[in-house]
Amino acid sequence: MSTIAIDAPGAAGAARIGALLRSLPVGVRIAGAIVALYLLAAVLPGLLQPHDPFATDLDAALQGPSVAHPFGTDQSGRDVLSRVIEGTRQSLAIGVGATALSFVFALALGIAAGLGGKLVDGAINRFLEVLFAFPILFVALLFVAVFGQSVTTQIIAVAIGTAPGYARIIRGQFLTVKGSAYVEAARAVGHSYGKIVRQHVFPNAMRPLVVMFTLGVGQAIVWASGLAFLGLGVAPPSPEWGALLDAGRAYVTSAWWLELTPGLAIVVFALSVTIVGRHVQERLEGKVKVQPL
Amino acid sequence: MARRLGGAVFVLWATATFTFVVQLFMPGDRATMIINTQAGNLQSPSAEQLAALNARYGFDDSYLAQYVRYIGDLAQGDLGISYNQHQPVTEIIAAQIGPTIVLTLSALVLAWLISLVVTVLATGRDNAWSRAATGFQIVTAALPPYWIGTIFLVVLSVQLGIFPVEGSNTLVGTILPAFTLAIPLSGFLGQITQDEFARVLDQPFVTSSRTRGIGDLGVRLKHVLRHAVLPAVTLSGWALGALFSGAVLIEVVFSRQGIGGVLVQATNGRDIPLVTGVMLASAAMYIVANLLVDIAYRFIDPRLKSA
Repeated sequence: MSTIAIDAPGAAGAARIGALLRSLPVGVRIAGAIVALYLLAAVLPGLLQPHDPFATDLDAALQGPSVAHPFGTDQSGRDVLSRVIEGTRQSLAIGVGATALSFVFALALGIAAGLGGKLVDGAINRFLEVLFAFPILFVALLFVAVFGQSVTTQIIAVAIGTAPGYARIIRGQFLTVKGSAYVEAARAVGHSYGKIVRQHVFPNAMRPLVVMFTLGVGQAIVWASGLAFLGLGVAPPSPEWGALLDAGRAYVTSAWWLELTPGLAIVVFALSVTIVGRHVQERLEGKVKVQPL
Repeated sequence: MARRLGGAVFVLWATATFTFVVQLFMPGDRATMIINTQAGNLQSPSAEQLAALNARYGFDDSYLAQYVRYIGDLAQGDLGISYNQHQPVTEIIAAQIGPTIVLTLSALVLAWLISLVVTVLATGRDNAWSRAATGFQIVTAALPPYWIGTIFLVVLSVQLGIFPVEGSNTLVGTILPAFTLAIPLSGFLGQITQDEFARVLDQPFVTSSRTRGIGDLGVRLKHVLRHAVLPAVTLSGWALGALFSGAVLIEVVFSRQGIGGVLVQATNGRDIPLVTGVMLASAAMYIVANLLVDIAYRFIDPRLKSA
């Protein structure tokens, strides 16, 4: 995971990867391993599931965590751990989909503001400032109310809610790169505007976005699960994490594991992605400035 | 100041326009949607039924006429009538917003307290406490508040019985929800103030205060803190909005009375006037908070008074 994100130039041999892994702090190695495990769960859930996620067993209904069922069982006696693993693919897909869509909006606004003239930049900047007056959750709720409840709406709602934050960062990136000494130098040597934008501005302004995307997926899953928690996400029979949260809410006083274990899956994923992403970011750009999305 | 007020009015107008424009993308006929949602299934409404709703909400008018009426009503403090509750949106919000505001403000105060205490005690000290504090901030800033709330509810209310299980608006009933909301924000604010605090600790005026014999805690409280809070104070408007929307989730976790339940029900029932009403109330709060931040800034950093 992290080796791909760092994007080692040339042929990255096994020795090179080994050296890179050894140079990572223990926390980052653990977080990386956890992210890899989630990816495995998304691709081959059957490999990790101790039970059939859909097999009901009413005699074993609502049992607390045990060795046989580490996350307990639900009201139909289904193994919660297996269901959480089954839901990984859809949950990650929602996170990746929402972040990708959000980046499409953000790139369009950010690039237009960063490369456009003063007028375009001023207008887009004003527009973004206005959007910041709305909390992300409320923008998402407005979209659910207008378009009705569905997975597509959930993805679009999270994408539009988070896009202004990314757009502002992308705009800042383009402005910084545009004002840098090497762009000035390229202009002084007589390179055309198009060539400067293609060869210097784009690659340099876009580089931090890979990490931003990774961090964004973790955040998007948290936002999407928030919507699901409110009962505004995927319909309950699916073992998507948010749907599990929504279904578990009714049992919070009697069978807490139904609510806390899908939440744990979300939190551990979001944290691991954050730890890996931040480490890569610090390696690429030095100390990271914390800012709200 | 007049310029600032003008800017605030502009943002309020723009947010209202944004909510109006989003509604134009609503698929299908709106009067039919209202009837379907209220019935809970697909209806085939008669022409009279549709005409009555269209006349009531003015859906037959041109978009421009609807927009002018929307903004005009808004200027008079009228947010329209709820599709499902058939009451003025302002009345519904006014009846429910009190507990939510109490929760939001308590959480803001708590978040600031936690982050300042951690910052003053832990920053710039190379010891286990300091590292633990930093780790705590990174972890808490990434936690979804509804999950923290559920853990609190399960452990402290259901298992240990220290706090009430059913949400209430008493002081005791507010403690858990307020902490739940405050913890992620304190992690976030704490990271920002700690960065700035560490930077200020290296400034020459800090060394000079130390040489004058002021104790370490005195230097931190009297000289460093004032500078270190500025970047996070700027974010207070944003923080208030984030807390207010987070409060919606937390009210649902603790089954607490407030705007949260109303908003979720309204979103589910596609009651757009009510949803946009809450959004605009929240935007107004953000704008007022930012004006207050500007004023607070001048108190914290008197150099800005002349500017």
